[in-house]
Amino acid sequence: MSRRISGKVLVIHLGIIALLLVAQFFLSPYHHINVARIMIFAAFALGYNVLLGYTGLLSLGHAMFFAAGVYGAGLPVFYLQFNALEAFATGVVSSFLLGVTFGLIVIRTSGVSFLIVTLMFAQAAFLTTLYFNEITLGDQGIVISQVLPPLEVGGAVLEFSDPDVKYNAALLLFGITFLVCIAIVYSPIGRVFVAIRENEARTRMLGYNTYKYKLVSLVISATISGAAGAMYALLFSYIGSTFASIEYSIFPLLWTLVGGMGTLIGPVLGTGLMFYLVDIASGLTESHLIVVGIVLVVLVLYFPKGLMGTIREKWLPWLP
Amino acid sequence: MSLGPHLFLALLEGTVTALVLALTALGLSLVFGVMRIVNIAHGEFFMLGAVLAWWFGSLVGGSALVGFLVALIAGPLVVGAIAVASDWLILRRIDYDPESTIVATIGLLYIIQQIVLTFYGGDAKSVEAPIYFRVSFPWFGYSGYKLIVAGMSALLLIGTWIVISRTQMGLYMRATQQDEEMAQAYGVPVRRVYALVFGFGAALAAAAGVLVVPMQQAHYLMGLDPLLLSFIVVIIGGLGNLRGTLVAAFVIGITDGVISVFFSPTLAKILATLLVALVLVIRPGGLFGDEEA
Repeated sequence: MSRRISGKVLVIHLGIIALLLVAQFFLSPYHHINVARIMIFAAFALGYNVLLGYTGLLSLGHAMFFAAGVYGAGLPVFYLQFNALEAFATGVVSSFLLGVTFGLIVIRTSGVSFLIVTLMFAQAAFLTTLYFNEITLGDQGIVISQVLPPLEVGGAVLEFSDPDVKYNAALLLFGITFLVCIAIVYSPIGRVFVAIRENEARTRMLGYNTYKYKLVSLVISATISGAAGAMYALLFSYIGSTFASIEYSIFPLLWTLVGGMGTLIGPVLGTGLMFYLVDIASGLTESHLIVVGIVLVVLVLYFPKGLMGTIREKWLPWLP
Repeated sequence: MSLGPHLFLALLEGTVTALVLALTALGLSLVFGVMRIVNIAHGEFFMLGAVLAWWFGSLVGGSALVGFLVALIAGPLVVGAIAVASDWLILRRIDYDPESTIVATIGLLYIIQQIVLTFYGGDAKSVEAPIYFRVSFPWFGYSGYKLIVAGMSALLLIGTWIVISRTQMGLYMRATQQDEEMAQAYGVPVRRVYALVFGFGAALAAAAGVLVVPMQQAHYLMGLDPLLLSFIVVIIGGLGNLRGTLVAAFVIGITDGVISVFFSPTLAKILATLLVALVLVIRPGGLFGDEEA
């Protein structure tokens, strides 16, 4: 991989964003709202992938960062009448702070221990949202659309119930996340992340403080996940403890693996694909999550590199 | 009631919890110790045991005792067979690679859970206790069945210990745990040991599920709690350390009982979870484990 971002890479990735921008005029209302959701989840997956795909750390606890964004944005709206921008900021800051605190504790562990510790902390976070159900209303959750004021930007009034606002806000988050991730992957820090993934001991021997870099990677990953959570809460106006449940830790793992970890387009593709696969399955049977199980097993058995990982290996070795 | 009887109740509840938990966690610990893999689907084997107990109960009909006994024998066998099959179909093929195994067992978790949802339904169903009597203490009466559960769990734990320490299979298991390659060189059929250990671990969880179901209803999502509790126990006890697992099950079971009786069950779980995560960070081998584990 070259260190400079090549023209081809930039065209493809900007092309994806442009495609999504144009697509909103052609999508039926049903797909319109689905794609808005997918873009937010894709941002979540991109954040997750910074840690798993580029740094090689498998977390089973990202639900807590997503939920930190959800609650960090949603609770101030409900209790303190924050507007959307302020709420988004508090959501991002909460997940950033959680990432730093949690990171300082867990980055010392690695491999299987890291995975179990992330799972346990996320479970503790989930139970905490239930324990303080006087504030969070636990399982039942809070709908914030009644209290969230419309946002005024340069004279235009943006109502969050408007599908076009949802779509473009989601696209904005997705686009920025996508570009940030490209920047990270090509930056010197990103290259150290990859070095850690490939061989941590050797990276340390070369003089890099791998502890510090892994912490940075975790915090970036947590913050992006939290930004996705905050955006989700604002656009779909619901906050509830579901977002902290183990499902939301497994989904980003699934999306990333389907698309191919350590690729940039992969998690995006994986999110879209799985979203529609689960959506179709849920029309057929109540047990639609069986799709998740089958896909995970098939991936592990036959496509450990995921879609984009396989494509990159076979045809497009220059993709980041 | 005053403090004394409350504490007694908490200890009693704690002991029952601890013994069932030990049984579940022992399966997880065994699999981790011998095969060096983390089985995220372990809780689903527990759930399968509970659901099968209901199924056998309604199949046999008539006396609850007969249904229970059939379930207690057939349940773990069926679940063990399912586990062995998944070992052959999935885990073997990915060569027990630690991270792939985790992803694969998450997949297995969803597959088992959703199949149960399809055939068993989303409602919780209760199973009649096979034996009903109350043990009366001066301050309160206590379900006799719970004491029987504790006794049965203890028997199964002793049985497992005998298998591990006194039989040839146990010798194979211990040899594989110590050094897989050396064991193979001495003619231990390591692959078969893996399949059997995975099946045996699942069967233990299923047995715990069968025992527990008359006290708490059978539901397709009930597997997560035992999984996380088993993780807690196995981590405190040291990954793969069987004696540590037992000690830890008692520590966790009784603490959980005490905090649940005096404060709230959710708080007990939050504290236990955080505590354990911290233990793992400070001592990666667990409290009772050796450092290098």
